[in-house]
Amino acid sequence: MTVPAVAISDLNYDRPKRRGLAARFVITHPLGAAGLFVIVVMILAGVFADWVAPYDPLTVNYGAMLARPSAEYWLGTDTFGRDVLSRIIHGARTALLVGFLSSFAGSTLGAIIGVASAYFGGRIDMIIQSFMDILLSFPIIVLALAVVAILGKNVAFGLDFNLIVAISIPMVPRVARVVRSSALAIREMAYIDAARTSGFSHTRIIFRHIVPNVTAPYLIMLTALIAQAILLEASLSFLGLGVTEPTAAWGLMLSGSADDFYQQAPWMIVFPGLAISLAVFAFNLFGDSLRDWLDPKIKI
Amino acid sequence: MKRHLATVIAAAAVLMLPASAEAQAPKKGGQLKFAVSAEPPDYDCHKNTSFAFIHPVRPHYSTLLKFDDKKYPAIIGDLAQSWQVSPDNLTFTFKLKPNVKFHDGTTLTSADVKASYERIVNPPAGVVSIRKASYTDIGAIDTPDPLTVVFKLKAANAGMLAQFASPWDCIYSAAKLKEDPKFPEKNIMGTGPFKFAGHTAGSHWIGERFADYHEPGKPYLDGFRAIFVSGAAMVNALQGGEVLVEFRGQSPANRDKLVAALGDKVKVVETPWICNLVVGFNTEKKPFNDPRVRQALSLAIDRWQGSQALSKIALVRDVGGVLRPGYELAATESELAKLPGFGKDIKKSRDEAKKLLKDAGVPELKFKLTNRNVPMPYTPVGVFLIDQWRQIGLNVEHEQLETKLYQAALSGGNYEAGLDFNCDYMDEPNILLIKYVSADKSSVNYGRYNDRKLDDLYEKQMRATDTKERIKLIREFEKHALEQAYTIPTIWWHRIIVHWQQMKGWDLTPSHYVGQDLASVWLDQ
Repeated sequence: MTVPAVAISDLNYDRPKRRGLAARFVITHPLGAAGLFVIVVMILAGVFADWVAPYDPLTVNYGAMLARPSAEYWLGTDTFGRDVLSRIIHGARTALLVGFLSSFAGSTLGAIIGVASAYFGGRIDMIIQSFMDILLSFPIIVLALAVVAILGKNVAFGLDFNLIVAISIPMVPRVARVVRSSALAIREMAYIDAARTSGFSHTRIIFRHIVPNVTAPYLIMLTALIAQAILLEASLSFLGLGVTEPTAAWGLMLSGSADDFYQQAPWMIVFPGLAISLAVFAFNLFGDSLRDWLDPKIKI
Repeated sequence: MKRHLATVIAAAAVLMLPASAEAQAPKKGGQLKFAVSAEPPDYDCHKNTSFAFIHPVRPHYSTLLKFDDKKYPAIIGDLAQSWQVSPDNLTFTFKLKPNVKFHDGTTLTSADVKASYERIVNPPAGVVSIRKASYTDIGAIDTPDPLTVVFKLKAANAGMLAQFASPWDCIYSAAKLKEDPKFPEKNIMGTGPFKFAGHTAGSHWIGERFADYHEPGKPYLDGFRAIFVSGAAMVNALQGGEVLVEFRGQSPANRDKLVAALGDKVKVVETPWICNLVVGFNTEKKPFNDPRVRQALSLAIDRWQGSQALSKIALVRDVGGVLRPGYELAATESELAKLPGFGKDIKKSRDEAKKLLKDAGVPELKFKLTNRNVPMPYTPVGVFLIDQWRQIGLNVEHEQLETKLYQAALSGGNYEAGLDFNCDYMDEPNILLIKYVSADKSSVNYGRYNDRKLDDLYEKQMRATDTKERIKLIREFEKHALEQAYTIPTIWWHRIIVHWQQMKGWDLTPSHYVGQDLASVWLDQ
């Protein structure tokens, strides 16, 4: 008996629709997508702040001091008559720049240390991990305060690079610890042994064979730490150790004269506070979803 | 007739009411708790400059003379019972009160006064006398008997008598100074109304009533507790009655907040303050060595409008030149308006500023304003200045440093423009103008310039005994100083004190350094 040939294309079954990466992320992780949307809006606001903001964030208008939210000033004005909305929009630039740069620096250094520690093992691992334990024993804000107090300020291109260093340092041991645990498992893989026996250099083994395999935890930590960096920058500015007036920065908007006038003009603290909360919430949501998205174990 | 008589009696009674209330007899007892928003770095009067020192430490010491708080700037004796000034103004003779006791029970003599002033005028190695330059006219100090001190001056000095009332010139024990010239740095031992009872760093300072105080019946308080607290916590402590007062000053917002919360439980007193924020330019750094640039930066500041706006949010209020507005030797408003930077047509001033900058070759100047990270009033005034300079196209970076770093930057010349303060205990030109004279003569001139014309005018006004002549010389000094604009005044401070009604016997003065021995303060409770 001859079975008639049937083309696969003729088979009648439900083929899964091929959706784009973004669409799949939105469907499977709606909260993460919402976080991503807020992040994108923040980035656009920060990049195009000069065009989006209704007023110059630095222009003082003594005729409009402590003006209530109105059609003219949507979120009101501060003690110097500066538009709160414009300062929040420009503040996004400060928050994102400091957030991205410090979490990128901290996470990258942490990843390098974590991989090196796992790969070399033995005494090197013990020394590195002991040092990481010491750093971990300090609360993040205390460690950042100490570093910023020791380093002082180093402003260039409108950014305090010592502030970025101060925020980065507490992140290093956290990333190093996570990345090391992933790298330890990879180190035991047969292909790593093969690479070793083939006489490849440590640098080649680390960068060609281990680092690509710890990218997922690295990216997850990077995203999660941006939220922490934004919060830390706001905290340090609030304490007078971050950026200085008249720079538009969310933490700074909550300190100084806002402390004196928050009862009379609550919009001076409510809206910057909301901006900080929203940004941190968005990055946390996105970070969590990204972890689920990238972790194959969770997919199973 | 009867009706008229009744009216007169009623009117007299009304007039007498406040007087009798004011004349309420002081009550003894109780501990005054007050806030101090910073802590003294050490215990030596002769080397300190801050309210953080004077508020907790002054109640332990006496000075030769002191200001009469009720009639400031009138002077009364503190340790001195009487004094005489020779007709040529070169000899000052003080008769001391007899049987004045130090807190260790020893008796004060003229030797203690001499040793203390010699420490100020010629400090031994390792001892810092921050006001040494103000006493260079003292040639010799004689002690003909245990209760007489004679100061012989090398040259007549118009402000010398008032300087003997300086709250910083604490009288120490000669015996203790002989043992260790640095004894006062770590120990408190004076003749003041309160004995030192303890200092817990970061927390509080305690003084206890000195039973043998030289003013009979005083002090009224059993003691005081200075609590080191600042910012919102200080305002909350005041609002909650944890402290009855903070003696430096409140911002207008905090004043309104406290009055709204406490109503007539608190009393508010205000006065123009002998304190001014000035901008100093480092003349060793280009382009601030060019007077056109400095003058342009002064011309760009709209002090008149700025004072009105800033007075609503910061503890500054009045526009003035080198001396406090309202002081008899200060420039009047019309005199001020003729000086560069004080004109009332800001558009004209700013056009002139732009032209000067263009002529100097720096039309779009970028520089850094070094400021202190003390919020009030340094931050609002810093923001105000940066905005004023932006309006003539300048790009100014704001650097706010912790006090120690800020002082190091200014005194070490590591700055371009710096927001500096010029505060003191009295409106004496000899003291307040020292900020403007040459760096080789003044330790508080951070501009690093020498200007012999200013030095000459300063010297002449100091020697002038005729007030009219002195005013003329001061006006000439002011004009030259503001034309050269090495250091430019911004807006003078305004002192606002909010205290609970039960604190009595304390009077507001234009200086937060004066009237702090607490000898007359009492609690109505």
